[in-house]
Amino acid sequence: MRLRPSIILLPWVLVLWPTGASAHITGDQVGGFVSGFEHPISGLDHIVAMVSVGLWGAQLGAPAIWLLPVTFPIVMAFGGMLGLMGVPLPGTEIGIALSAVALGAMVATEARPPLWVAAVLVGIFAIFHGHAHGTELPPDESGVLYSMGFVIATGLLHLTGIAIGLIHRWPSGEMILRLGGAGVAAAGGWFLAGGEADLLTLIRAGAAATGGWFLALAGS
Amino acid sequence: MHRMGIACGAALLLAGFLLATPAQAHLMNSGFGPFYDGLAHPLLSPEDLLPAVAMTLLAGLGGAREGRFVLAALPGAWLVGMLAGWAIGVPAPPAWLIAVVTTLIGALVAGDLRLPLAVVIAVAAALGLLHGYANGRDLATTTGALLAIAGIACSLFAVVSLLAGQVAVVRAQWARLAVRISGSWIAAIGMLMLGWSTRS
Repeated sequence: MRLRPSIILLPWVLVLWPTGASAHITGDQVGGFVSGFEHPISGLDHIVAMVSVGLWGAQLGAPAIWLLPVTFPIVMAFGGMLGLMGVPLPGTEIGIALSAVALGAMVATEARPPLWVAAVLVGIFAIFHGHAHGTELPPDESGVLYSMGFVIATGLLHLTGIAIGLIHRWPSGEMILRLGGAGVAAAGGWFLAGGEADLLTLIRAGAAATGGWFLALAGS
Repeated sequence: MHRMGIACGAALLLAGFLLATPAQAHLMNSGFGPFYDGLAHPLLSPEDLLPAVAMTLLAGLGGAREGRFVLAALPGAWLVGMLAGWAIGVPAPPAWLIAVVTTLIGALVAGDLRLPLAVVIAVAAALGLLHGYANGRDLATTTGALLAIAGIACSLFAVVSLLAGQVAVVRAQWARLAVRISGSWIAAIGMLMLGWSTRS
């Protein structure tokens, strides 16, 4: 599949646009869109899980690479709907941290389970992520604009993961992807242990994964 | 050229969403009179635009013939619904119903299902009647309501013809996929709106 400039540019147009919009138009409605857009990209635990979903999809290739961005938003929104309706889901935070561990491990080992196993695994985590967002939504924003911002931001995180995952076609890129997966799993372990989901964590996890990787290389 | 056209169209559409000013029951004031206020209305109210866009994408995926039928059915039913809502609108359509319809049509686009022509036309007509009724009802106390109604119908006709025309000629796999992903996002937004509607 050859990538055309228009596909590469489109996500950037979308990412860059809201800033411009909010600079000129103020009010609750646009505020609703912006806070919806910012919500999925404000927590590192959510970002790494969403991006690694994209990375794994890119490793798996067709049909997972196209099945994923189509089905994931719907499943996640289902979780979000349950959260909004007040349907309880126990252990949400643990589920989210586990999702980073599991998805990172899948990317690191380049696991190739049957498609339905991958779909069920990703689907369960999608419900946890969506539910967490659903219960955290602020009550007095514009519902439809908030939802739009929220869905678009999450979709763009997947597309980012898939775009990064395209380096899988080169042998060195394949290595880097697996390394990245190990980093995500390490970060998930840190979240699971109750660590802060901040940038420093990501750097620490990356350093730990890199160290582990070189040790493994030296051992083999 | 078509591909660039679709990409630009999608970018413009999303820009429209992002720049959308308050989507309220009242018409925005464009300063050009009620017809132009009506023309701008669907483009600035995502509650109306999202399901209409999903319906248009569905028609476009179905091909040129299906697109032509929906081009008549959706704005036509919307117009009839608006006139009915303007004349008799007593009960407001519930928010959950609008959310459910948005979700269903978005999901049909995401699944890229081959539906019989009659079903697609029926869905377009039902959607048009529902939203048109809600629009017409909101316009009941506005001066120049009939001009605004005409503006809304023209605006929808333009949205459907431009967008369905672009989608109907798409052959590349990725472009079809982009359309399906848009449908999936609209379905996801509809589902969150459904959850939202249970809150208040």
